[in-house]
Amino acid sequence: MSFFGYDWQPLLLTFKLAALTTLILLLLGIPLAYWLAFSRRRFKPMFEALVSMPLVLPPSVLGFYLLLAFSPQNGFGLWLAQTFDIRLVFSFAGLVIGSVIFSLPFMVHPIQSGLQNLPFSLVEASRTLGKSDIHTLWRVLLPNIKSALLSGIVLSFAHTIGEFGVVLMIGGNIPGITKVASIAIYDEVESLNFGAAHFYSMVLFAISFAVLLLVYGSNRRHISALSR
Amino acid sequence: MLELDLQKQMHSSTGKLDLDIQLSVAQHAFICLFGPSGAGKTTILRMLAGLTQPDQGRLVVDGETWFDASKKIALAPQKRSIGFVFQDYALFPNMSVRDNISYAVSKGQNSWVERVLELTDLAALQHRLPASLSGGQKQRVALARALARKPKLLLLDEPLSALDGQLRAQLQDELWRLHQECGLTTVLVSHDIGEVFKLSQQVHQLEHGKIARSGTPAEVFLQQRLAGKLNLRAQVLDIRREEVIYVLSLLIGQDMIEIIAAEEEVTGLKVGDLIFISTKAFSPLIFRQ
Repeated sequence: MSFFGYDWQPLLLTFKLAALTTLILLLLGIPLAYWLAFSRRRFKPMFEALVSMPLVLPPSVLGFYLLLAFSPQNGFGLWLAQTFDIRLVFSFAGLVIGSVIFSLPFMVHPIQSGLQNLPFSLVEASRTLGKSDIHTLWRVLLPNIKSALLSGIVLSFAHTIGEFGVVLMIGGNIPGITKVASIAIYDEVESLNFGAAHFYSMVLFAISFAVLLLVYGSNRRHISALSR
Repeated sequence: MLELDLQKQMHSSTGKLDLDIQLSVAQHAFICLFGPSGAGKTTILRMLAGLTQPDQGRLVVDGETWFDASKKIALAPQKRSIGFVFQDYALFPNMSVRDNISYAVSKGQNSWVERVLELTDLAALQHRLPASLSGGQKQRVALARALARKPKLLLLDEPLSALDGQLRAQLQDELWRLHQECGLTTVLVSHDIGEVFKLSQQVHQLEHGKIARSGTPAEVFLQQRLAGKLNLRAQVLDIRREEVIYVLSLLIGQDMIEIIAAEEEVTGLKVGDLIFISTKAFSPLIFRQ
């Protein structure tokens, strides 16, 4: 696929990866954030630390361990290959799993703090009105943290677009399968093809900016709607 | 109707508190839990609702066991026939007044929602969001929502404490009317003696996690406080000297009065001090407002 003489495939692959990752993170992040926000278990800090690890860990560390885990030579990867005939290394599915882990805090943190900022009496009121906690989550809690949900969605999407280290470690550079835009830029620079590198970079730059503008713009609208 | 014998150890800001309460409440009664903050009033209400777990004891409502530590029974709040009005109202900000009320009602009961809106005089406000309501209106919505589930037991956690005088009196009347119309058994937590007198038939005064006194409001408050005397708590607003005497301007409740004092009485007194004044209660003049 090529328009204007450039290969668009890495960009399309990037957006496919980001969209899929964000969707999975949304389904995973809401229950996890709910648990972290309201649980009083003693081992909760351990989970909080684990969720936040991708914020501080070099992506190459995460990528390295995922590579080992997915490798069909041993352990988990071997089991996957033998039982389900699935090979995650250097595959798109592997990239999605890596991205989900890597962007987890960007989805969980906004939702968790959104939930924690709501008065707990809302949950208790709903309980005294005979509603289950799941019903309360859908009807009362989530509708009141819409801006936190939007932040989570947009940040996870943007962060997945910007991913490089994890993708390179577990995905490599296979055109059409694992060669996302950030990898393509690196690739083009290495082969001194600065025009193509510029093209990918400008597109990512513009999209990242637009996405963040959307978050801040909508947050301000939300705030002014409340104060009216 | 309600038999309660509950114990719980609490860790409050003032240290440890052993809550140990025995109560029985008759059907359709309006009772009040009265006492200083930190005495455990709200915790009792929350234990009735199932929002706080007692350590020991049992709670039986209308022949149904809601809590029994020895049999390991603890009914979830959802399973208890209660209406709870929270101090901060806890209205759902994303829902209109009408939606807040119909949230508590099972589907297809629109006529009942209409009736509740009518009973609580909220029909005109039904499409407004909670954020656009005044304190008194929010309070009415919270009450309406609590009643919408047709509870046996209505639990009120200082529902009127954030409201000013006149509105408060008006809502007290409304509360009493609803209590009777809906055939409720009501437990009110309050630290306002006027409110307790006006609303409740029975008051239980709490001190340090135990019931110190029980009875009608007159039995609990009048005997200990007044014995042919008026004891009033007042704040000094102004002290001025006129010839050989002193005139004190005092604030009692929301009213300002002036009294005459001797020099030795005002020595050491300064503006802002809280004092007690005591005077004979014989044959005062009584006027109707």
